Amino acid sequence: MLYLHPKLLLALLLGPPLIWLGVIYLGSLFALLLQSFFYIDDFSGNIVREFSLATYEQLFTRANGDIFLRTSVMAAAVTAAAALIAFPIAYYMVRYASLKVKAALYLAVMLPLWSSYLVRVYAWKLILAKEGIVSWFAERMHLTWLLDAVLSIPVIGGPSLSISYIGSFLVFLYIWLPFMILPIVAALERVPASLTEASADLGATPKQTFRKVILPLAFPGVVAGSIFTFSLTLGDYIIPGIIGNSRPFIGQAVYQFQGTAGNIPLAAAFTVVPIVIMAIYLTIARRLGAFRAL
Amino acid sequence: MTKPSGIAVKFSRVSRHFGAVRAVDGVSFEIQDGEFFSMLGPSGSGKTTCLRLIAGFERPDAGNIVIHGANVEGVPPYQRDVNTVFQDYALFPHMTVSGNVEYGLMIRKVAAAERRRRSQEMLELVKLESMGERKPNQLSGGQRQRVALARALINQPSVLLLDEPLGALDLKLREQMQEELKALQRQVGITFIYVTHDQGEALSMSDRLAVFNQGRIEQIGAPAEIYEHPATAFVAGFVGVSNVCTGELARRLTGSAQAFAIRPEKIGMIAVPEQGPDGWLSITGRVRVVTYHGATTRYAIALDGGGELAVMQQNAGDGAVFANIGEPVKLTWSRHLNQPLAEGT
Repeated sequence: MLYLHPKLLLALLLGPPLIWLGVIYLGSLFALLLQSFFYIDDFSGNIVREFSLATYEQLFTRANGDIFLRTSVMAAAVTAAAALIAFPIAYYMVRYASLKVKAALYLAVMLPLWSSYLVRVYAWKLILAKEGIVSWFAERMHLTWLLDAVLSIPVIGGPSLSISYIGSFLVFLYIWLPFMILPIVAALERVPASLTEASADLGATPKQTFRKVILPLAFPGVVAGSIFTFSLTLGDYIIPGIIGNSRPFIGQAVYQFQGTAGNIPLAAAFTVVPIVIMAIYLTIARRLGAFRAL
Repeated sequence: MTKPSGIAVKFSRVSRHFGAVRAVDGVSFEIQDGEFFSMLGPSGSGKTTCLRLIAGFERPDAGNIVIHGANVEGVPPYQRDVNTVFQDYALFPHMTVSGNVEYGLMIRKVAAAERRRRSQEMLELVKLESMGERKPNQLSGGQRQRVALARALINQPSVLLLDEPLGALDLKLREQMQEELKALQRQVGITFIYVTHDQGEALSMSDRLAVFNQGRIEQIGAPAEIYEHPATAFVAGFVGVSNVCTGELARRLTGSAQAFAIRPEKIGMIAVPEQGPDGWLSITGRVRVVTYHGATTRYAIALDGGGELAVMQQNAGDGAVFANIGEPVKLTWSRHLNQPLAEGT
């Protein structure tokens, strides 16, 4: 009899997921936001549940500003590099690969996602460490001078690849790359091959076709992928803890404040920052027309 | 455009194979400048591959292709003086109608004002002058088809290639567009090469047509020539309806085993006791099927002694059915209407 009452059926079907989304997901986000307006009593160390901007005052210090900047620049660099690497792979998968090769490539892209994230990060630690695979290989190829030159670059260099921004960057890039490839593949799949031919037919060189037809049509996919890579990098606290120069990222700061320091309000305030950064990012993406084709 | 040679496109023993499939198999033909030339055939007969060879999307495995006197071996599509109207129109979804039409000019770096003027002209030509700011997905099928046409024609190509451009349209619109396309071709005067599997379309629009089958051309000629004098059983059967008589049936009718085709509308139907004119072929049979088609009525006649012939009669008078199912009739027609067929297919 339920099908005679479509509205009731809709409510029954949609209710539970909506409650899940509304209460658990948005509710906890709201609770988080609320927490950030409380503050810690310096003397007792207890949380004072009164509205105050004291915590935000604490948030916007010079040291924390460095953390935001560091994390955002890393996220942006990882996103840009992921897009540059992912696009040709995705394009090859969609346009040139035979069905078999395509399936193999899909598997190659997804397979790493099935194994433990921690295992993969530690594997990279071995690859990038001072006595690791990269430096061994450089030595064998008599390229140690090159490795040393790279490591001596100020800011991004360091004593070894595993203790430098270059190292964290490489591992971030590796870990999040599938999240960039798959949306671009999905976007390119929706661009019929006849559009490329039509463009060539109308006199456009392959380069012009790429710029005027393929890139604009695949752009929503790039943006979707960049939302993943950007936000995942913004929030991650494990990779920079294992591979990097021990200067903290946002995720690590949150972890530290809510754990060892017990400063829940400041931790909450810290998590508001990536939300704001993502909101700004999405607004810009929307301005660029990224969601028009969705 | 290179110097006009009178011949727009010339194929000399061109082949294109996909693995074991001989999509185009040693095809030769010449298309005159300013001609409306159709390539007709069932799907997989090689007609679309021929079009793609002219456009440059495919490269021949053997033979050579000459466009306006120049061998186009190794010339990429974007350097060929031909434009294509694609079967799915292939309009750029992220551009407006004007943006689509102007695309070729934009690529050639024509100034924006000039571009706008000429695209407006083109949109007027295809009666879409008020649609310039729309996106392709806001247009109907027929309108998209016209945008595709305008986008190709604005480049003033020496040859326009059309790949089943009316295939996605409903019957009424298709007939209207057929007339418009033909009129447009007369107006702009450039060579149209038109791929279709619809024999009615090919017959009514073309100056000449080529009938394709299994990667080869069965026959090239003017529509009336193809229809009245089909060279092979395939052409006789594919272009219009034909009775193809071979072997024993041919011998019973004409006294010779030479295969021939006879169109259903050429066969007269009379009562059994009557006699046809002197020297006409005649054979008796019984009506097996009667189908009423409005302007015509079609009969399937089971011949006495085996075999069957299709007969078509105009419903010119009061439209009364000549004979009902099971009734005996006599069929008669002039021997010279028989079209002898080549051996093979």
